[in-house]
Amino acid sequence: MTKKEQSALPPAGRPAPAPTPAQLFVAFATIAGCGFGGVLAWSRRIIVQQRGWLSPEEFNQQLALCQVLPGGNILNFAVMYGCRCAGLAGSLAAVLGLLGPPVALMIVAGMLYRGYGDVPALHGAFASLAAAAAGLLLATAAQMIVASVKDRLRIEHVVAALTFLAVGVLRWPQLSAIAVIAPLGIGLAWWRRR
Amino acid sequence: MKDDSGIYLALIAIFATCSVIAVGGATSTVPEMHRQAVDVHHWLGDRTFSELFAIAQAAPGPNVVFVALLGHYIAGIPGALIAIVAMCVPSCTIAYGAARLVDRFRHARWRIVVQAGLVPITVGLVASSALILTRAADRGPATALITAASFALCYWTRVTPLVALALAAGLGLMGVV
Repeated sequence: MTKKEQSALPPAGRPAPAPTPAQLFVAFATIAGCGFGGVLAWSRRIIVQQRGWLSPEEFNQQLALCQVLPGGNILNFAVMYGCRCAGLAGSLAAVLGLLGPPVALMIVAGMLYRGYGDVPALHGAFASLAAAAAGLLLATAAQMIVASVKDRLRIEHVVAALTFLAVGVLRWPQLSAIAVIAPLGIGLAWWRRR
Repeated sequence: MKDDSGIYLALIAIFATCSVIAVGGATSTVPEMHRQAVDVHHWLGDRTFSELFAIAQAAPGPNVVFVALLGHYIAGIPGALIAIVAMCVPSCTIAYGAARLVDRFRHARWRIVVQAGLVPITVGLVASSALILTRAADRGPATALITAASFALCYWTRVTPLVALALAAGLGLMGVV
């Protein structure tokens, strides 16, 4: 990282000045508030199209880094982009913007669920909501599987199947399962790209 | 208060672990959260877990905020805050460190290899989450049909998943389930 990027103030003369922590907070809070069913599309729209803070290529590069790290992609994006713009204050502002409003909403939802979840009239609504959310997740899983086998079956798919067997069916503790399977997956990817 | 501190420590341990194993995002850790909260600690039942997950899906914001709802159900407002902080601090610290090294990291060959190696694991974990939540939400033929219909709508059409969630909640209110 260069000195310029670490500076808390936007350097003068740059075409698009780096956003301040306050601007980062507002932008990421907007992303969180709009982000029904996926915040990724909204972060691209707000950061790239509306604010013009990053070019589409820069956004994709930054996101690729986030995908390899543990944790939510957008959360990692908020940390890394915030740091790039305004150091630690930028990271904190972006993360608080992204998580603050939805976490507050979750606490309110939790209170309502605790208070009214047992009302008989609502039992059916919650049960069918849960069933629909399961269908949504099944569709996501199916899309990922189809995308990964679109050319042909490869040895990588054994890694996916092993993960599913260990974590989904046998219910191994996930830390142990990943500690065993991740080196296998990464080793295979390395071997394939030698 | 003595009882609560035990729960708080357990929440910290569980979510901090989930934070570092969240390969490909927070949804990947649903199997571990379910195993710990439902099977190991018996803080809530299968059904409640699936309903809380669904509520979080219906709300705006990144998927990771589900842990705040789960934490709230287990230990109130402190539980919600502890869960979300424990879930975020480890992975955010790693991301912050990576951001400091960003230029060395961006085009590194090992990053591409690690990323490619983790993709099939993410696929397996999301499929595991789907299996666990489908089982947990299953209360007979009506819910199975709703799951199937929601799958069809989300898989074969481009409408927002909120449509499936809203339709299902409406059917439930009308007493279908």
